[in-house]
Amino acid sequence: MTTFLRSVSAEFAKIFTTRLWWLLAIVLFCYIGLIAGGLGALLAGVETGVISPDAVNTGGAGAFGFGSLPPIIYSFASSVGYVFPVLLGVLATTGEFRHQTLTPTFLATPRRGVVLAAKTVTLVLVGAGFGVVGLAASVGLGGGALSAFGVDALLLDSETWLQVGRTILAMGLWAAIGVGFGVLVPSQVASIVVVLAFTQFVEPLLRLAASFLEVTAQIGNYLPGSASDALVGASVFTLANPAGAPPLDWWQGGLVLLGYAVVATMIGYAVSWKKDVT
Amino acid sequence: MPTGAVIEFSNISKRFGGVAAVNDLSFTVEPGRVTGFLGPNGAGKTTSLRILLGLVAASSGTATFGGVRYRDLPNPLATVGAALEAASFHPGRSARDHLGVYAIAAGLPRTRVMEVLTQVGLAAHAAQRVGGYSLGMRQRLGLAYALLGNPGALVLDEPINGLDPEGIRWIRGFLRDMAAEGRTILVSSHLLSEVQQSVDDVVIIARGELVHLGPLSSLDTDAAPQTIVDSPDRENLTAALTAAGITFSIGRTGLLAATSDPALLGHLAFTAGVELSVLHRQKTGLEDSFLALVGGSHSL
Repeated sequence: MTTFLRSVSAEFAKIFTTRLWWLLAIVLFCYIGLIAGGLGALLAGVETGVISPDAVNTGGAGAFGFGSLPPIIYSFASSVGYVFPVLLGVLATTGEFRHQTLTPTFLATPRRGVVLAAKTVTLVLVGAGFGVVGLAASVGLGGGALSAFGVDALLLDSETWLQVGRTILAMGLWAAIGVGFGVLVPSQVASIVVVLAFTQFVEPLLRLAASFLEVTAQIGNYLPGSASDALVGASVFTLANPAGAPPLDWWQGGLVLLGYAVVATMIGYAVSWKKDVT
Repeated sequence: MPTGAVIEFSNISKRFGGVAAVNDLSFTVEPGRVTGFLGPNGAGKTTSLRILLGLVAASSGTATFGGVRYRDLPNPLATVGAALEAASFHPGRSARDHLGVYAIAAGLPRTRVMEVLTQVGLAAHAAQRVGGYSLGMRQRLGLAYALLGNPGALVLDEPINGLDPEGIRWIRGFLRDMAAEGRTILVSSHLLSEVQQSVDDVVIIARGELVHLGPLSSLDTDAAPQTIVDSPDRENLTAALTAAGITFSIGRTGLLAATSDPALLGHLAFTAGVELSVLHRQKTGLEDSFLALVGGSHSL
């Protein structure tokens, strides 16, 4: 147990002694702040009539009909920001291969499973921290924009704070998925390319395509992005849902995300982590 | 003072695919002595050391420190210090933070970080990011990592590579001091001349197999004694040698006579009235013995 706790402390030290974490955190904050603040202002303006719907190209559909705006705006922290903890997790593992730091790491802690478990625990906690940063942007700036246009930001609503909690959990799990993917694909360049391509392009298209039929929509619910949105409980991506398949319950979404993390980490442990370090 | 454990390789073999990188390697390394682990590049030195440290799994055999495998050591960094390559660093991390990470992982006091950086002469560069380090500085940082737990045994893979002459001088003295304190020192090199001033014992491998084991002096043998002799009057010299029944060949710097006794040739020349311009025993130095053992080619 002491070995494990020392290993966790060492993994924390690894993250906070290079610049990557705060660079990613700043970009995350700015990116989510821009989207949540901008869309918050736009949608709140349309809803309250400050901005004329005619000024916005809605394809003639009139009002957006989003229902309650704040959960959607706040969910940008994870529905868009989830790629940041994934990248942090991927870089935390692939960096060990790339910079050959597995050698000093395994010399200091020869039990490799302990090191990988410590890394996962550490990244879950740091990923949760990224969740807090993303929420500071989406709730802080997005909520501020809503309030500025006279829409209730629902900051005193317990439902809002439950969503905040679930978002932090989701971001932690995404970082664990990043760790798992990093051991599964230890090549840093390949890993980053696949993560960016999948999260920014492949999965959104799959989710859209799956949503047209009920049977595929049910399968689509198990895509990691859909599972994450189900866990958080709101997302701009689940608004367009022609086939009307109900999303997973929040806890089911959480278990699906956890499943991805566990499976990727276990396979990665076997195919790369416990192999010879040459 | 930490006392060194005996390092023992027992019948270590390692195959990569169908190729045997190390084949049935057995030897022990005693405390209080510097043991040179020698062999040409690709002989299996690094693979053997990585097996010893649990980084590479042996196909068969065991390697232990005082009878315990590396992965079973209760405090690995306090038992064995290892420096394997000059590039095991995140370039964006400072030397102090780099060592700090592993001090935490091994449960060592953080004060050790500056102690070892001072010991290897990097204290002034402790806060600098390692990406800006020269190869020599990286070697020293690798050594600092090895010293972090004040271990009784040191395993160093090619520690002299990339060091400047002053650094080489320093590490030779350092190895001697460490051994004098009773530690077990195993240091690999592909060049005997790099380490022959510091080692007591040599373990020589070639093509993954042990070819020689013993004190350094055991290499100083005359495998094929020859004496170089020459004269302005080479014709009469060759006649005298032939008459005395001494075989010879013609080399670049003179005649290579098949005898280890220059006095015999001197006497021969004197009685034949031949003036000599060259007469000395050809040195079959340690390096030559080493090269002969590992199968390298060498000529006069």
